[in-house]
Amino acid sequence: MSRTADVELRNVSKVFDNSVVAVDNVSLEIEQGEFFSLLGPSGCGKTTTLRMIAGFEMPTSGEISIEGRPMGETPPFRRNVNTVFQNYALFPHMTVAENVAFGLRMKRIPRDEIARRVREALQLVRLGGFEDRYPRQLSGGQQQRVALARALINRPRVLLLDEPLGALDLKLRKEMQLELKHLQMTVGITFIYVTHDQEEALTMSDRIAVMNAGRVLQVGTPLEIYERPSSRFVADFIGESNFLDGRVVDLNGQRATVVVDDRVPVPARAQDGLAIGEQVTVAIRPEKIRLRSLGTEGADGCVRGRVEEIVYIGTDTYYLVRLTDRCTVRVRVQNSQNRLDSSETIGHGEEVLLSWLPETAMVLKT
Amino acid sequence: MSTTATTAPRTAPLAPRRRRRLKPGWLVLNTNVVLTFLFLYAPILILVIFSFNASRQQAVWVGFTIEWYEQMMRDERVIAAAKNSLIIALVSTAVSTVIGTLTALALDRFRFRAKTAFEGAMYLPIIVPEIVMAISLLVFFNTTFTLLDRWLGLTLKFGLGTITIAHIAFSFPFVAVVVRARLADFDRTLEQAAQDLGANEWQTFRYVTLPLLMPGILAGALLAFTLSIDDFVITFFNAGIGATTLPLEIYGRIRRGITPEVNALSAVLLLASIALVLGSVLLQRRR
Repeated sequence: MSRTADVELRNVSKVFDNSVVAVDNVSLEIEQGEFFSLLGPSGCGKTTTLRMIAGFEMPTSGEISIEGRPMGETPPFRRNVNTVFQNYALFPHMTVAENVAFGLRMKRIPRDEIARRVREALQLVRLGGFEDRYPRQLSGGQQQRVALARALINRPRVLLLDEPLGALDLKLRKEMQLELKHLQMTVGITFIYVTHDQEEALTMSDRIAVMNAGRVLQVGTPLEIYERPSSRFVADFIGESNFLDGRVVDLNGQRATVVVDDRVPVPARAQDGLAIGEQVTVAIRPEKIRLRSLGTEGADGCVRGRVEEIVYIGTDTYYLVRLTDRCTVRVRVQNSQNRLDSSETIGHGEEVLLSWLPETAMVLKT
Repeated sequence: MSTTATTAPRTAPLAPRRRRRLKPGWLVLNTNVVLTFLFLYAPILILVIFSFNASRQQAVWVGFTIEWYEQMMRDERVIAAAKNSLIIALVSTAVSTVIGTLTALALDRFRFRAKTAFEGAMYLPIIVPEIVMAISLLVFFNTTFTLLDRWLGLTLKFGLGTITIAHIAFSFPFVAVVVRARLADFDRTLEQAAQDLGANEWQTFRYVTLPLLMPGILAGALLAFTLSIDDFVITFFNAGIGATTLPLEIYGRIRRGITPEVNALSAVLLLASIALVLGSVLLQRRR
């Protein structure tokens, strides 16, 4: 199935009046029907990118195309996209029905068709019966749904969402994440979703673009982003990572050996263009590491360390293991057995063996 | 249900009630409040009371009557003056509301050269002593009329027209101030949302900006109306002969001694002003 790019950004930059570079040479291709997230810390340029797609900001250079048509200086009201704003931006002087009908009214759609479509849109977001309420009479989650209905009723080509769940409490946010994903699959519209919440992005997205300091660092599926981060920033921002600085001493097909602090050799997954002697960082996720007591057999390919700290957090237990004077590693072990009865316990100060599959450890060039 | 609701607070230990102590500071503050209110409102109260007094003499209360109000209603000069006042107030309010609102929007939305200077100059009529404004308008009209007469042979006179223009000049800054206050906490993303939903600039203004500003605009309009209907100094200087407004009429009568009709007339003006100011405050409070 060949998919077409719905939204395309080519070398887009935005420099504000005060010469702040908000977006720096960003190129993206977002496919039709895709749930695409722009993920990054605040100030990384993700919202500015979204506002440029919506037409609220014009790129300083580069080009944005929607449905293959270059947008140039096209104002927001002539773009086939709709936005769900961070604070919802519902019109306080209009009822829920009037808010939702606004876009169709502007297009001078016949009255009875508007009424029918408003009813459908409110049903879609499970807000039937709320037609005559005013926004201030609704809870945050309900306002959120009105904002969604108000945007979706226009059947836009692309829906832009600017941290729409940011104002909701944790539980409601989780509910809405699934609901949004479900909604997106139902209506089949391209969603471009801005968030700083990595978990949110991983949960909902088909693909994620990780941004920092105005640049796109990596684009990929949640799996690719999490399992194969291409830079230290991505590995650090999405999930947790241990970073071990060292030098490549051996390359053997898919496998590289990196010596940390000139003493500890660790296995990792080799990537293209790596050379022996190169200074690199090995990134390894805490939950990918296996922890064993020293006495056990098969120490081959293992790394020795001493447990310095143990933190029990319910589902898991964290171990802080010191490898060298300058280097510690966090290990996350799932508490799959009842730890109160467990005979296999590793204590404070104990010497342990760490091991992991070499392909789970990323070699990042520094 | 109700019994538990009423007894519960009683059984709960009450917070010790703070005893009011007669500190000197407390005494001074309270005396001050009482005196201020007396000073401000006693004269007005007396005026209203004596407008119902069944005697032509001021100082002595004889009995209740609404005769003076009836007389006032039959008085053709009062009716004519009231008509003039209303015409001037309505026209000047309408014009100054439009100008004031547009000025507020321009100051809020656009950056232009000498904006600060313009803003300062606009607020001048609020600060400048009324008498200065009155005389400067008088001189302005005089000069303009003389020049028009000399160059175009156009003869213009003082009257309702000059009063109306003068009222517009001093009341539109008030409208602008009130509308700008409303604009200060206006959420611009609402306008962006409208544009995002396909509204062009005009539709955005018509369906989102204007309705949300309306309480401020109406409050400004009521303020302008109040200012116009009871203005004396500026009106007096720019009225010319024959054009009399209610405040001018009252002043004319007072020169021949305070009469109960004047009291009645003032009471009516007072009531109208209070109603308008109250309306203005209520509108500004609405969100």
